[in-house]
Amino acid sequence: MPALLLQGGRLVKTVRFRKPRYVGDPINAVRIFNEKEVDELIVIDIDAGRAGVSIPLKLITRIAGECFMPMTYGGGIRTLDQIAEIMAAGVEKVSINRAAVADRGFVARAAKRFGSQSIVVSIDVRRRLFGQYEICVDGGRRRAGLEPVSLALELESEGAGEILLTSINQEGTMTGYDVDLVRRVASAVSIPVIACGGAGSIDDVIGVVCDAGAAAAAVGSMAVYQGRNRGVLIGFPTRKQLAPLL
Amino acid sequence: MIVIIDYGLGNLASIGNMLKRIGVEAIISSNKDAIARADKLVLPGVGAFDAGMRNLIDRDLITILHERVLEERTPILGICLGLQLFGTESAEGTGPGLGWIDARSIPFHSPPAGPSRVPHMGWNNLYPRTASPLLDNLPEDSRFYFVHSYHLECHDPADVLAVTEYGYEFPSVVVRENVLGTQFHPEKSHRFGASLMENFARYT
Repeated sequence: MPALLLQGGRLVKTVRFRKPRYVGDPINAVRIFNEKEVDELIVIDIDAGRAGVSIPLKLITRIAGECFMPMTYGGGIRTLDQIAEIMAAGVEKVSINRAAVADRGFVARAAKRFGSQSIVVSIDVRRRLFGQYEICVDGGRRRAGLEPVSLALELESEGAGEILLTSINQEGTMTGYDVDLVRRVASAVSIPVIACGGAGSIDDVIGVVCDAGAAAAAVGSMAVYQGRNRGVLIGFPTRKQLAPLL
Repeated sequence: MIVIIDYGLGNLASIGNMLKRIGVEAIISSNKDAIARADKLVLPGVGAFDAGMRNLIDRDLITILHERVLEERTPILGICLGLQLFGTESAEGTGPGLGWIDARSIPFHSPPAGPSRVPHMGWNNLYPRTASPLLDNLPEDSRFYFVHSYHLECHDPADVLAVTEYGYEFPSVVVRENVLGTQFHPEKSHRFGASLMENFARYT
């Protein structure tokens, strides 16, 4: 499934959570993903929740109205009322990042009110120099001092329905997923893990699902770039190309 | 002209946009005159049964809907909660439904008789029970997007046009004369949903 990043109402793509580059108009991208018949769309606003940046509810409403597939929104969600507003805008699931880590019990309250099936927790992980994994929040800028497997288990028991697991080191590099990270988390929890960060080829996608146990694979750069020089071209593999997964 | 009935539940833009894409004229409205003039109606809906009925009552739409559907035989497509409101009642609520289909909404059975995970959320398939123009020419690999914890239980099996398997088979497309409904969301189901909407637009 494509994972799209918004910043100031524009579609951007980052590398290791930095250097956002403008890649197009989100509505136009959604129309292309309609044609490509993707199973689901993830839309994350990378600035929402920062000082003075609110959740772009109008844009979310427009995107959901254009979307002929289910959609997940993430970015800046801190209250249950915000989730209610986002879901009323026609969004099926919300992705919670900082609040899941910083406000323990928030995921439990959200799952109780909206159902686990609508609550995705987004876990961003940085691999340190000697290979140990560490959770980061605030777009990778703040270390949370936690370890991915234990956090994943805790959030699962709070009632999270899915985990969107992103490797910050791999994000935007198109050099492959962090298969080891995905395997560790996916084998520890029983809820679906969506691998994110690093997809550069169909083989990466197939590998992370078949070998690492991810329930699904999110692609960012692969969905907005084409070729080594990263020319902007919104696209998605066909179902035929993804046949080994279906 | 198809009128998508806006009774305050959810974002209806994707239904409007899907009809627009297949070249069908449609408006989203809660206006009684618009509903009175419509060639066809769509009753969408997400949320709880009683809230849905209350919103129809608050907007004073019950009488005009009964007139259009029961007397004038205007084709109406219910989607998700919209379909469930066509039944007589729901285990989710206390009040009556519109009563156009002899059916009630019940929660999915618990395991082992039912699915281990509720709600049923995700892509799934249809198994047609009888031929109908509503299901004509659906692509072979058709899949549809579902989000629901309750489903209809039809008292007349002839009303069940297709079933879907989730723990067990439940009615996913229901038709009784001019009253049609899908438990899934065609507007979130790509060209498969678009084909079904196209069939509905042609349905007489």
